[in-house]
Amino acid sequence: MTDDNKKTEHKKEIDDVSGVETTGHEWDGLKELNNPLPRWWLWVFYACIIWSVWYWVVYPTWPTLSGNTKGTSGYTQFKELKKNQAEIVLRQKAYLDRFEKASFEEILNDKELYAFAMAGGKSFFKDNCATCHGTGAQGAKGYPNLNDDDWLWGGKLEDIKQTITYGIRADHDETRVSQMPAFGKDEMLSIEEVNDVVDYVISLSSADKSTIHEKGAVIFAEQCAMCHGDDARGDSFFGAPNLSDAIWLYGGDKETVIESVHSGRGGLMPSWQGRLDENTIRELSVYIHQLGGGE
Amino acid sequence: MTGCNKDSVSYFAKQEKIYPKKVWGRYRKIKWIVISVALAVYYILPFLRWNRGPNAPDQAVLIDLGNAKAYFFWIEIWPQEVYILTGLLILAAILLFTATSLFGRIWCGYLCFQTIWTDLFVWVEQFVQGDRNARKKLHDGSWTFEKIRKILLTHFLWLVISLCTAGAFVLYFIDAPTLFQNIIEINVSQTVLIFVSSLTLSTYIMAGFAREQVCAHMCPYARFQSAMFDRDTLIIGYDELRGESRGKHKKGESWEGRGHCIDCTACVQVCPVGIDIRNGLQMECIACGLCVDACNDIMDKVDLPRGLIRYDTVNHMEAEIKGGDEQFKFLRRRTIYYGLILAVVGISLLVSIINRTSLELHILHDRNPMFVQLSSGEIRNGYTIKILNKTHEHRTYKLSISGLENARIDVKAAGNFTADNLYVQADSIGTYHIFISAAVSPEPPRDVVFNLVDSNGELSDDYKSIFISKRDR
Repeated sequence: MTDDNKKTEHKKEIDDVSGVETTGHEWDGLKELNNPLPRWWLWVFYACIIWSVWYWVVYPTWPTLSGNTKGTSGYTQFKELKKNQAEIVLRQKAYLDRFEKASFEEILNDKELYAFAMAGGKSFFKDNCATCHGTGAQGAKGYPNLNDDDWLWGGKLEDIKQTITYGIRADHDETRVSQMPAFGKDEMLSIEEVNDVVDYVISLSSADKSTIHEKGAVIFAEQCAMCHGDDARGDSFFGAPNLSDAIWLYGGDKETVIESVHSGRGGLMPSWQGRLDENTIRELSVYIHQLGGGE
Repeated sequence: MTGCNKDSVSYFAKQEKIYPKKVWGRYRKIKWIVISVALAVYYILPFLRWNRGPNAPDQAVLIDLGNAKAYFFWIEIWPQEVYILTGLLILAAILLFTATSLFGRIWCGYLCFQTIWTDLFVWVEQFVQGDRNARKKLHDGSWTFEKIRKILLTHFLWLVISLCTAGAFVLYFIDAPTLFQNIIEINVSQTVLIFVSSLTLSTYIMAGFAREQVCAHMCPYARFQSAMFDRDTLIIGYDELRGESRGKHKKGESWEGRGHCIDCTACVQVCPVGIDIRNGLQMECIACGLCVDACNDIMDKVDLPRGLIRYDTVNHMEAEIKGGDEQFKFLRRRTIYYGLILAVVGISLLVSIINRTSLELHILHDRNPMFVQLSSGEIRNGYTIKILNKTHEHRTYKLSISGLENARIDVKAAGNFTADNLYVQADSIGTYHIFISAAVSPEPPRDVVFNLVDSNGELSDDYKSIFISKRDR
């Protein structure tokens, strides 16, 4: 650009129309007017450049072949996250210390501890329990719905805690076990007998009471009442389901109930002792209890 | 760097230091009155008290960021009512537009804080260093002890004013008397310290150094005001017909065959933005009227009528030239439109403030699960309810539901609460999880209405929701 020097040394030229000085730059007869920018704008621009150099030095900025420049401050967002998380854990600790010492009764009456347990329980539930029980604890076939008021092994806080801690039919020594025999498969009942007793059991929770299933009632009293009770209301001590209510773990249609009686049932709830600590299990117990069905 | 040589083109302009001359007159007087009132309001307002009972702050004007509430005398704004603030801002903007199209840049000349604080700072300069010529001489002169003393004193006073400005600003956000006490004891939080120091610095820079540069190069309002101008807008005008041709005038000389402007440059010397108003309306002019005061003073001295430079409209001035008796036209299409918008925004704001209730009920239906079947065959739905208690007293409320027969309400919360006894603290939101159970056979979602009444029976609110009893496939 040999013209450059010529341009800067160019004599002042005033545009006729606007009365403003031109820069001397000309394109196809059009000349650029010179309305000078305030000088301090230039300083601000230089200051920004200096600041950006400082930024390159202090913060991670440039990509390199093996990663990126680290900067003298060693800052990373991951470190910041860790720091923030540590702060949160510290803040939680104050509640956790109180939570640890409080009884379930106290937790249910203390606004802060209650909120703490519910928030923690909700999060732990989604991490650990939702795989089988669903994110809303609504369950599925064979996996109990934890929102309702029907409990196989009891719905008091201590019962829930025991179930979570030791599991059902799990590999823990303290685990609770119940056995629904395979009446058909093991030839304890004939096909007709299974059919009769299933008709009777379904009639217990049905609104239609016109048909009387005498045969089934006799079989029920002989074979089933021991665990499920004479009135078929079950017993949470044995983990025997209530057969007279509207809730069916595996389904209440005839085919499914026949399947249950013929082949037996036995779902598995793992033991969480050792995998979750005591406080977590207690938070989960409160959360599940407050889902609506807690006794 | 380009442009050091006088002959070469300079792409960047150095800020010309402006030394406004002292002036006295009608508009200067108005400006001092406005400054006094504005500053008095600014400093006294945070200390005004307003009794709201024991559970709410008693500061008349307070923006309580910690609790996310704003108080303005009898009005209280919660975060969800921030539209009131939006309305106020719109109102302020339209008011500004209306005023500008009627009276020109009176905001810039009299009320803008940049103008007020610059005025204050210039006054300090004048007080310490003397009037225009003395200041100029001091500035251009060598660094004597006297110069250092005067300049240090000026900057010290500027910083004191800046500190007071910043100190008063934070009083609007934290209980003023307490904070004032804390500031005196230098026992304040880091946030307050950061705000006070950055505001001190910005006031010092903006009013001490940037001054007219703010209006010309930073303020967007200064730039788009020409959009509100028309030929009937009041501007500061130099009466060219009467003034030209200008020239020096000796006492006793005839005024025949020449203009009334004696080219004394008094109007230029007093101008805070450093322009010559005789060149016509310019972007930099903030319409402060000081040149009018200066020129009137000169006209009195040479025994000519006042108003060679005056507030006038383009149309009015031109009509005078033609000899007509043109009146000022305030009612124009532009001002009528602005007035209409002003009325609409103002009335809707008023209505929303008047209709503000002290109790609000919000209900959110549980999503997961949508409904639960109970062992008895009943269906249960869960809801999260939020009760906004905007009164300044702790209250209890009674919740009921209609549209669902024999519905049972269970409340899940820490402690013993029933639907008849929902407690919410003063000025806060109470959140409860509730269950509604009812014997319904599966049907499409049913519309239900929740009703909340406070225990005194004076406040109530409804909320529409649904009761779900079957899954839609």
